[in-house]
Amino acid sequence: MRFDSADRGVRALDSVSFAATENEFLSVVGPSGCGKSTLLRILAGILEPTSGAVEFAARGSAERLRTALVFQEHGLLPWCTVLENVALGLELRGVPRADRERAAHAFVAAVGLERFTGAYPHELSVGMRQRVALARAFVSDAEILLLDEPFGALDAQTRAVLQQELMRIWRDHRHTVVHVTHDIEEAILLGDRVLVMSGRPGRILEILAVPLPRPREPRAMDRPEIRDLKWHVWQLLEREVRGSLGLAGSP
Amino acid sequence: MASVAALLLLWELGARAGVVYELAFPAPTAIAAEVAALVGGIDFWRHLGATLARTSLGAVLGGAPALLAGLAMGWSSRVRAALDPIVAAIHPLPKIAVLPLLMVIFGIGETSKVIAIALGASFPILLNAAAGVRQISPLHFDVVRSYGGSRRKLFTRVVLPGALPFVLTGLRLSLNVALLISIAVELVASPTGLGRLIWLSWETLRVERLYAVLVVLSALGVAINLALGRLARRLAPWQPSIAA
Repeated sequence: MRFDSADRGVRALDSVSFAATENEFLSVVGPSGCGKSTLLRILAGILEPTSGAVEFAARGSAERLRTALVFQEHGLLPWCTVLENVALGLELRGVPRADRERAAHAFVAAVGLERFTGAYPHELSVGMRQRVALARAFVSDAEILLLDEPFGALDAQTRAVLQQELMRIWRDHRHTVVHVTHDIEEAILLGDRVLVMSGRPGRILEILAVPLPRPREPRAMDRPEIRDLKWHVWQLLEREVRGSLGLAGSP
Repeated sequence: MASVAALLLLWELGARAGVVYELAFPAPTAIAAEVAALVGGIDFWRHLGATLARTSLGAVLGGAPALLAGLAMGWSSRVRAALDPIVAAIHPLPKIAVLPLLMVIFGIGETSKVIAIALGASFPILLNAAAGVRQISPLHFDVVRSYGGSRRKLFTRVVLPGALPFVLTGLRLSLNVALLISIAVELVASPTGLGRLIWLSWETLRVERLYAVLVVLSALGVAINLALGRLARRLAPWQPSIAA
């Protein structure tokens, strides 16, 4: 597919084509401004591609699969309580109040925030807010979860803990996940496969399988084959980042 | 509080000692006595009732459609493009200046007064509602859209609550303007109302009474602000800052 931004006259995505399989965790990594977020917004149905299409093989191309999008931050509605925010996805799909609140309660407990059910987002830390956002995505009956740099606004330690949290929730509640990040380590730690994108306009450079069993430990990042993979992804990206900065090739 | 008390005490002593010009600045105790006499009489309540009735009627008739128009202008660029020139043309006009014209069109009765008040009350809430919708983060619209939320859900879950703090500010300003124009029309063209009472007191040079009506008016303003603060805390509990 392709996406041209109308108001800025910029081609954000060019000839991007890939397939995610059911219950796969697919990580997308690329330099900033490469159209990663645009890609997720197209998958979420917020934007229409200029050309090309999203096909949902499970359903035939006519009908969309239900998606849930998790934003980097500010994805919670400030005027809704934690419980209302978690239940929002179900509410918007017409699930009756009693049912959606029961489901939301269970998931608020699953992310350890039961004491904050009635709190408003401004009363929570950034990390807690992202847990609420993840809970909303998992509790909604979405078939594909779209994560747009969900930990990008967090400090390194909180991020590491929430990565583990995400792995744990995903283990218990399998979904197909498309996860966008600019953090190579995070892409490899979380993903079954890593899709590497070029700078603007975004194209796919390579799709790499991550040879790591689950459950994964952060320590697994020190294995030689994973270090090689990290290095390989970085070499792919470095050229793109240098290009976008107007710098020459490899040093 | 202490500074106010000190000022009142100085004023009182000055008035009693004949240092201050007593015709323009009667002693605070004399004004207090006049307030008591005023609220003890039946006439006062008739005037107060008339002012409150036309203020609230004008605020509702002007404010409700203005709220809807403002939200629509904030949400839809097409509506904004259509209404902006009208708003830009009428808004700068001092609304009290159209009262004589309104009296030509609608007669000298209550209608022309209420319309003048409604006209004045409509703009603050319209402009604030439109600005309130426009400052909502596009991300919040995306959240609802990404779950396939309907336009109705966009309105109830994003547009309305997102604009609410601005709408409440607009409401406060609108009520202020409504009261202002009520008093103004009563000063010039009404047999009833606190504005009329002020004018009568001026014509008979009852200065204590002038002050007494002002005391009542400021008490009214304080009461309105308190009520709105309470309303804001109730309607927008996620936004503690606007309650003040």
